[in-house]
Amino acid sequence: MATTDVVMYDEEFNQIKTILSKLRTDANAKLVFLVDKNGQQIAAHGNIDNLDTTSLASLTAGNVAATDALAKLIGEKEFSVLFHEGENDNIHISIVGLRVILVVIFDERSSLGLVRLRVKKAAGELNAVFDSIMQKVEAEKASSGASFESPFAEITDEDIDSLFSE
Amino acid sequence: MTFINYASREINCKIVYYGPGLCGKTTNLQFIYDKTNPTAKGKLISLATETDRTLFFDFLPLELGNVRGFKTRFHLYTVPGQVFYDASRKLILKGVDGVIFVADSQRERMDANVESLRNLELNLKTQGYDIKSIPYVLQLNKRDLPSALPVEEMRAKLTFGNEPVLEAIAFSDEGIGVFDTLKAVAKLVLQDLTKTT
Repeated sequence: MATTDVVMYDEEFNQIKTILSKLRTDANAKLVFLVDKNGQQIAAHGNIDNLDTTSLASLTAGNVAATDALAKLIGEKEFSVLFHEGENDNIHISIVGLRVILVVIFDERSSLGLVRLRVKKAAGELNAVFDSIMQKVEAEKASSGASFESPFAEITDEDIDSLFSE
Repeated sequence: MTFINYASREINCKIVYYGPGLCGKTTNLQFIYDKTNPTAKGKLISLATETDRTLFFDFLPLELGNVRGFKTRFHLYTVPGQVFYDASRKLILKGVDGVIFVADSQRERMDANVESLRNLELNLKTQGYDIKSIPYVLQLNKRDLPSALPVEEMRAKLTFGNEPVLEAIAFSDEGIGVFDTLKAVAKLVLQDLTKTT
C-alpha cells in the first residue's frame, strides 16, 4: 500500500472533538468539521441534523483536490485556504498539516477575520494531535514486529458474504 | 488508504470505477443506488455536464453492515471517462482502496478499453500503486450487445494476471453482474486489510 492507513483511537478522537467544539464557540460558527484528504469525515461539531455530512465531506475533498492541482499548475505549492461566500452562509476551508481539511461554516454572526484567527489556533492544536496519532501508529508497528494488529486479521469469506446478504 | 476509526468502530473504504467514456460506470452506480435499502445508502452525487456526461465524479456512500464489530462503509466513486479529463481522474484515484475497471464489450470500443486501462495503470503508478497488487476487478459490461466480443478475447487483451473477471449488463432491469462486481472488489479490499502493510 502506498500510504499508511489512518487509524483513530479514542483518546485522540476525544481531543479532536474538544478542539472542534472550542473552535465552534470561539469563532461563533454554525458548524465545524474535519475531513481527511480522501473525503472521509473524521469528526463534526455543531448542528448537523439537516445536513448531508457524507456528501459535504466528499465534495470538500474533491474541491480541495481540484484546487491543489490548480495551484501546482501555476507553480504554487498549495492554496492553504479556500473561502466560499454565500448570501447567508459562508464556508471557510483550510488544510491542516498537509493531512486533513478543516471546514468552518458560519453566517453573519461571525466574520471572516474572526474565523481565520480562530482557525489558525485550532490548526496548530490539531496538528499536534495528528502528530501523536502518527507516532502511536509507528510505535505499534515497531512493537508488534511487522505491523500493528488489524481487527480484520481473521476475516472469513462468510463475514464478507454476510455483508451482502440483504 | 483505509480509514479505521477505533473510537466510533467504523471502517471506511474507497472504491473507484474506472473505464473509457460511456462504458457504464455511472450506470453501475445508479443501479446500486436504486436497489439499495434507503437506510444503507447516502445521496448519489453526480457532477455531470448538461448532457449527463460525468464532469468530475459520481459519489455514492454505502453502509454495508458489520464485520467483526466494525461498521463497514464503502465510498463508491466513478471517474470521468473522456480522455481529456485525465487531471480529474488522477485526483479521484488518490487514496483508493479498490478499483473496478468497467470495460465496454463492443468490438468498436476495444481500443478505448485498452487506452483507458493503460491510463489507469499509469495513473495508479504515479500514486505509488501497482495495479497487479492492489484490490482490482475487471467487469466486462454490455454483454447483451450484438457486437460484443467473446469473453476469452477480452480477457487476453485486458487482464494482468489472476484478477476476478465478471460479466455484466448494468443497463438491464436486473443489473446483471453489478452487485457481483462490487462484492468481488469489496472482498479483496477487506482481505487486503488483513495483510501487513
